[in-house]
Amino acid sequence: MTSESTSWTRYAAPAAFYPLAGRLIPWFAVPAAVLTVVGLYMALWAVPSDFRQGDAYRIMYIHVPAAWMSMWLYVVMAVYAALGLVVRTRLSSMMAQAIAPTGALFTFLALWTGSFWGRPMWGTWWVWDARLTSELVLLFLYLGVIALMAAIDDPRRADRAGGVLALVGVINVPIIYFSVKWWNTLHQGASIRMGAAPTMGKSMLWAILVMTLAFWMYSFVTSFVRVRAIILERERHAEWAQRLVDNRS
Amino acid sequence: MNGGFWHMGGYALYVWSAYGVTAVVLAAELLQLVARRRAALERLRQTRRVDVDRETKR
Repeated sequence: MTSESTSWTRYAAPAAFYPLAGRLIPWFAVPAAVLTVVGLYMALWAVPSDFRQGDAYRIMYIHVPAAWMSMWLYVVMAVYAALGLVVRTRLSSMMAQAIAPTGALFTFLALWTGSFWGRPMWGTWWVWDARLTSELVLLFLYLGVIALMAAIDDPRRADRAGGVLALVGVINVPIIYFSVKWWNTLHQGASIRMGAAPTMGKSMLWAILVMTLAFWMYSFVTSFVRVRAIILERERHAEWAQRLVDNRS
Repeated sequence: MNGGFWHMGGYALYVWSAYGVTAVVLAAELLQLVARRRAALERLRQTRRVDVDRETKR
């Protein structure tokens, strides 16, 4: 085994990742807080109101970042789930489990803020169009993964069952993303696309990017705090974990 | 800002419901995580006591 591979796999052990994650948390928490303040200032004050939608469009600055995070976190969760299934590292499955609740919350927020944006602009809280329905399916997938893993007592079987569901569900992510292209939807198309000029002003674009980064940094914090709790819950009989509480008392 | 900021051009209900619920949900998640960490450490302490008892009785 080369030294490179040992240094990488070293942190795949829960006992080694626990303190590492603890040291990393402030490096994400501080940027998350700063970016949130800056992002909110931009979204609610600095950016001028839209000439057609007035101030209602300011909902976009949390709606779009929340929707992006809901899809991105699902992909990250599915990658960890796949690693857990294939390489059988326990930590990967724990990470998948740790990401799921935050992903579910961002999915809920994307739907909620979308509803409160749709009501004044479309005249309805909800329609069963492709974009909205596939995002709702994403919420059920997250909740399914969480519930399935919680329902099975044996952690290894829980990891495997949750991992398979997470992996199967990943097919829904491109469906959400391309839904506005593939079907006629009430939901508008993408305003920012890879390799194309964005169809919005620079200051609006910056506000969206700052809020997205804030949510992303926040997700690192919650995932690391949660995975540390999961590690302690599962490894409570391990000597290294018990030494932690000896030092504290 | 002649009262216009909180008014949000007549869309106050929608804008503040969206931002308010987001703030509440994220804050609640952070509080829940603090509670979960405390509970995990407490359970670890209990497990430690049980495991030590078992060792000394042997």
